[in-house]
Amino acid sequence: MKVSIFITCLCDAIYPRVGEAMVRLLHRYGIRLHFPEVQTCCGQPAFNSGYWDAARESAQTIIQAFEDSDFVIAPSGSCVGMIHHHYPTLFQNDPAMMKKVNNLIEKTYEFSQFLVHVLGIRDLGATFPYKVTYHPSCHGSRLLGVKDEPYILLSHVKECQLVPLPFAEDCCGFGGTFSVKLSDLSGAMVDEKAEHVLETEAEVLVGLDMACLMNIAGRMKHKGKELRVMHLAELLYEGVTMHG
Amino acid sequence: MGNLEPNSPLKERISLALNNEFLRNAVKFTTERLRKGKQTATDELGNWEEWRSYGQAIRMHTIAHLDYYLSQFVNNVRAAGGFVHFASTAREAVEIAMKIMEAKQAKSVVKSKSMVSEEVHINQALEEKGIEVVETDLGEYIIQLAGETPSHIIIPAIHKNKKQIAELLSQVAGEPLPADTAILAGFVRSKLREKFLSADIGITGCNFAIAESGSIVLFSNEGNARMVSTLPKTQITMMGMERIIPTWEDLEVMATLLPRAATGQKLTVYMSAITGPKRSEDGDGPEELHIIIIDNGRSNQLGDPEFQEVLNCIRCGACLNACPVYRHVGGHAYGWVYSGPIGAVLTPVLQAEKEKWGEVANASSLCGACYEACPVKIPLHDMLVYLRRRNVEQGTTKKREQWGMKVFQKVASSHKRYRLAIKAGRIGQKFVARKGEIKAKIGPLKKWTAHRTAPALAPRSFREMWQDLQQQQTQIELDPTIQKRMEEMLKKRGDQHESEQK
Repeated sequence: MKVSIFITCLCDAIYPRVGEAMVRLLHRYGIRLHFPEVQTCCGQPAFNSGYWDAARESAQTIIQAFEDSDFVIAPSGSCVGMIHHHYPTLFQNDPAMMKKVNNLIEKTYEFSQFLVHVLGIRDLGATFPYKVTYHPSCHGSRLLGVKDEPYILLSHVKECQLVPLPFAEDCCGFGGTFSVKLSDLSGAMVDEKAEHVLETEAEVLVGLDMACLMNIAGRMKHKGKELRVMHLAELLYEGVTMHG
Repeated sequence: MGNLEPNSPLKERISLALNNEFLRNAVKFTTERLRKGKQTATDELGNWEEWRSYGQAIRMHTIAHLDYYLSQFVNNVRAAGGFVHFASTAREAVEIAMKIMEAKQAKSVVKSKSMVSEEVHINQALEEKGIEVVETDLGEYIIQLAGETPSHIIIPAIHKNKKQIAELLSQVAGEPLPADTAILAGFVRSKLREKFLSADIGITGCNFAIAESGSIVLFSNEGNARMVSTLPKTQITMMGMERIIPTWEDLEVMATLLPRAATGQKLTVYMSAITGPKRSEDGDGPEELHIIIIDNGRSNQLGDPEFQEVLNCIRCGACLNACPVYRHVGGHAYGWVYSGPIGAVLTPVLQAEKEKWGEVANASSLCGACYEACPVKIPLHDMLVYLRRRNVEQGTTKKREQWGMKVFQKVASSHKRYRLAIKAGRIGQKFVARKGEIKAKIGPLKKWTAHRTAPALAPRSFREMWQDLQQQQTQIELDPTIQKRMEEMLKKRGDQHESEQK
């Protein structure tokens, strides 16, 4: 059984701790992850900006990397959403590639999906004695349909006080290149998101996409507000190793 | 906020809106109310998703056979005694309307709310000819007084608060009016009553045109559309060529979807259906009914696999209310008459000058809230990406962006170059990163750090730490329950492939 990690470029370069948490967490169940190193980026920055040739070349590294994997997991609903939702568009005129794309789609899961639907794990036996709020990232929840999974996993974490985030479903304003192209607009959006997070008085903000969390965390720091921002994998790993 | 020059760049229009606290508060207040209303009304229905799919299917079918249903509609309108005119452009639509004005020697016109009439700028043409034109929808009346265009498809004056509205109406009254909704609405009602009674021509829009009977159906909450379509002797109805639905049965679905998605109402307050001009046995109605069917860029979308679905839109405004971008900038920032996500798609597809209008497709974080809100499931978030690709193909994107994407392509197409790029980035950031953070507002980072602190690249990337990490993973037996589940999934996948091959 070959289970591979699609680390995503952001977690690879900036948040390797998220990948590390995934690796260690799954290892506890006897799953040894593989890391095919030809993978780069899912291609979303180029795809969303309209540069589809560039996106295709980037996507090809992902398609190639996981050709002989049985399962692929990634710490991002957005990058997995890209594979599921946009790869078929990118390669629609190439039947040979489409076959590979469809093979990749059926075995690729976002982290929380993989735990709940593939492994059938809901309770990891974690303890996390903090007040936590959850931001559902747009692509994960809307494009990929990951809605209940993180709540299922968080609801089984002992001593974790989960508080609802007001206007949770509203975008944080990241939007990839959008955040630099229309920087002031993106800034206004993330400021409102940060305000809503602060309203909850949570000690920890958790999510399934480091891009959105990087955006919100960056705004928090800019405002001089301290708050821990974590990927769900990190929270769960810390929960099973440190607070038990 | 005044009427923005559509010629000013998107960034300027957005910046103007972001600096207008009144506008942002007013838009947030109303869109939140509408969103909540929609949520309650759709929850109440119980099976909203089924209704959406049903609505989508009706619109898909209609647009796929638009030629058939349009001709059926036109034949039935004519059979009922109405006149039908076709306008391929905005200018033609105005010319047709002006000819009718001339024939009737019209001096005054009352209008009920119509986005397509805004699209063709009929008011300007009428005013130039010295014909008085009065908008009779309260919101439209307000923005007409202010000399603005609508900033929302169904709530045209959404960007104005009560105080600003009281000030505008006080000028008409010639005395100060209090910022009280009932008093202000009462004042407008009495003012409009005179206009309804004396107008020579009534202009309406059309929510739905029913092919099987040649009827036009108007949804309104104020009853003004009914006045416009009964009091004046001549009625002109302007409709986009895609407003058609095949049957009255289809109207039931639309009448369920539209008000719920738009305002959270179970039904619109007034639903008027008009089939032909006044018959001898009718108590009221226009003696002459003219329907102007407007193309203005719409037929170019027919047969286009990426954009045909935009013609499915029923103009409910739900995507505006759900959109986090619209929430912060309101409608005028989009530059043309249609705003929000639907406007960001419609504007560049309908306008002939693609270079000038293509940019508006960038005004989205692609969060998909529009698609989720849409009662007929138009994939607006995908269309926005198609439009961006079109901008790239037409070479209208910024040089700096083109260059950046070339670099991305080089780096992301090879893991070796990608690994090197991370290393190079780590060397580069030495000058700006402190304790894993970058605050410096310089170079390409400036756009990000103006509003946020940036994280530094990790001291070791995941791929650089992989070997160590892998060695630490000792051989543990795979959990048997998990193993069984995974094997079953693999088997199921294999079986499926086999059955697909057969």
